[in-house]
Amino acid sequence: MPGLQLRGVAKSFRNTEVLAGVDLDVGPREFIAFLGPSGSGKSTLLRIIAGLEVADAGEVTLDDRRIDGLPPGQRGVAMVFQHYALYPHMTVRENMAFGLRNARVPGPEIDRLVADAARVLEIDSLLDRKPAQLSGGQRQRVAIGRAIVKSPRLFLLDEPLSNLDAALRLRTRVELAQLRERVEAAFIMVTHDQAEAMTLADRIVVFNDRRIQQVAAPMEIYARPANKFVAQFVGSPAMSIIPATLADGGELASVTLGDGTRIDTNVPRASLPPGQCLELGLRPEHVRVAGHDATARATVNLVERLGDRSLVYARLEDGLQVTAEADGTTAAKVGDTVGLRIDGAAAHLFGPDGTGYHRAAAA
Amino acid sequence: MSAGAQRRWQGLLFVAPFLLLYCTILIYPLLKGAWLSLYRVDLFGGGTFVGLGNYDRLFADPVFWRSMANTILVTLMIVPPLTIIALALALALNRATRGAAILRGVFFSSAVLSVTIVTLIWRFVLAPDTGLLGELWTAAGWTPLPFLSDESLVLPAIAVTSIWWSVGFPMLLFLAGLQQIPRDMYEAAALDGAGSWTTFTKVTLPSLKRTTILVVMLQTAAQLQLFGQSQLLTAGGPSGASRTAVLFLFESAFGRWELGYASAAAEVLFLLIMVVTLTQYALTGRPGADDAR
Repeated sequence: MPGLQLRGVAKSFRNTEVLAGVDLDVGPREFIAFLGPSGSGKSTLLRIIAGLEVADAGEVTLDDRRIDGLPPGQRGVAMVFQHYALYPHMTVRENMAFGLRNARVPGPEIDRLVADAARVLEIDSLLDRKPAQLSGGQRQRVAIGRAIVKSPRLFLLDEPLSNLDAALRLRTRVELAQLRERVEAAFIMVTHDQAEAMTLADRIVVFNDRRIQQVAAPMEIYARPANKFVAQFVGSPAMSIIPATLADGGELASVTLGDGTRIDTNVPRASLPPGQCLELGLRPEHVRVAGHDATARATVNLVERLGDRSLVYARLEDGLQVTAEADGTTAAKVGDTVGLRIDGAAAHLFGPDGTGYHRAAAA
Repeated sequence: MSAGAQRRWQGLLFVAPFLLLYCTILIYPLLKGAWLSLYRVDLFGGGTFVGLGNYDRLFADPVFWRSMANTILVTLMIVPPLTIIALALALALNRATRGAAILRGVFFSSAVLSVTIVTLIWRFVLAPDTGLLGELWTAAGWTPLPFLSDESLVLPAIAVTSIWWSVGFPMLLFLAGLQQIPRDMYEAAALDGAGSWTTFTKVTLPSLKRTTILVVMLQTAAQLQLFGQSQLLTAGGPSGASRTAVLFLFESAFGRWELGYASAAAEVLFLLIMVVTLTQYALTGRPGADDAR
């Protein structure tokens, strides 16, 4: 089976378990983002794939070849490090050629590969400079170039954009997206920036607490989070989670909030676990500050004006926190009581164990 | 006073304490030495100006030339092996284990000993009849070698003593240099398929370039002033085979009380050290010019 397969990968540092039995399949040309908070094990997993850490258990297979026993240089993977890790005493050309030299690629072939990669990355004019003479963005390109020339089957990117300033980060993000179109390889990128993950990846792997929480396409992760952690970690600002009680009704579940507000969701009642205690998940864009057609009332704690829209952090009448959206020109201010219109059809429900339940997938 | 001039005066005030000390204990003796070297002067009386007379005499003095040759020879015997051994020790002990920490202390401990103790220890090692090496030679059925009384063995013996004494500090410098090398550089090299020898020669050594230059320059300047070991182990003997330049000027100044003559020798040695150091500096390029990360 082509691509990368992980089976039962586990890792502990001393007595601290950082990865517990991870399984994952990555397609041959897929772009995967590992997303999760610090310490969730995502970087460790990347380093295990690279061969920089040894897993305590499990198998790593790349294009039908088991690689977890091989040294890093023989795995057919290339890595772009967070701090670039360029060799400071070598020129850009030597940096890019180093891996090929070690692989005993003939000299003329090395020259051709380096020249090709340099042209693609527009660093031809920098080939004879040393890393100290380059800007951060240029170093980043050299680091990518060093990975490309080896024609790996899998690129591993360890927070590749985190050292760039905001403007450069956006540009490099676009360039990474273009790069993956040109290169016959799979990509795995570790990031804790969900915008990077959402825009670049075919699928996102959300990590937390030593485990994979969900593997799905970006919009799926956003629209149908597997559990409360994913729901709150992805999306900014985070989804509001409010305790709710299942109410009587038809095929689709309705819930009542602590202040008595009734919300009709589109979640099939049959899919829910037994019991009445649930939690209601609401993204800010599904809670609008409204005048006459409000379904709930709340007191404003904080207003963030973003220009095109405003975020209103408010407290419902029973004291629970909810984040709502308003027009950019809203007059709401701290201490005001505002009406909220909750879009129940877009709401999510979470069971007592945190599992997410969503409206039926569009057929 | 203009604002600029005032700023300059304020700046000068800040460096004044250091400058004063520097002038008193470095610049003044240097100039005084140069001035003394132009006089025939002893410890007890005033001097007579002799111009370059002391230098004339010095350059015609075979004992001086021999001491200079000995100095250069012993420096060449010490600095390269010392640098390599210090680097090897640093590489071996650059790990965070308890054993390595203890051994780092052990190898550095010789550096805190005074030269008197060091030469005493090495006397016990080198003495042909009762010394450690003598015993070993005897046990092996060979005639013990007279390390300290053979003209061709005495400089190597002093070199070994000096290396043993001086290895701690360069080792520490190399350890500090090794710890400056970021771990991800080694990881990048591993992903680039570099073996351990390639990693050492292409990543570790180039990263230690500045440290190596520093160690070689410091040790060259220090060993050109080698004195205690040859004074205490052999008193320059046998027949001047281990007399170093500093020992020569010590004997001239405090044995024969010829201060002017000794000063002239000191000036020549000073010039030699300066030329050697500047040459090393020029040959190795400005340290750190190209390998800032």
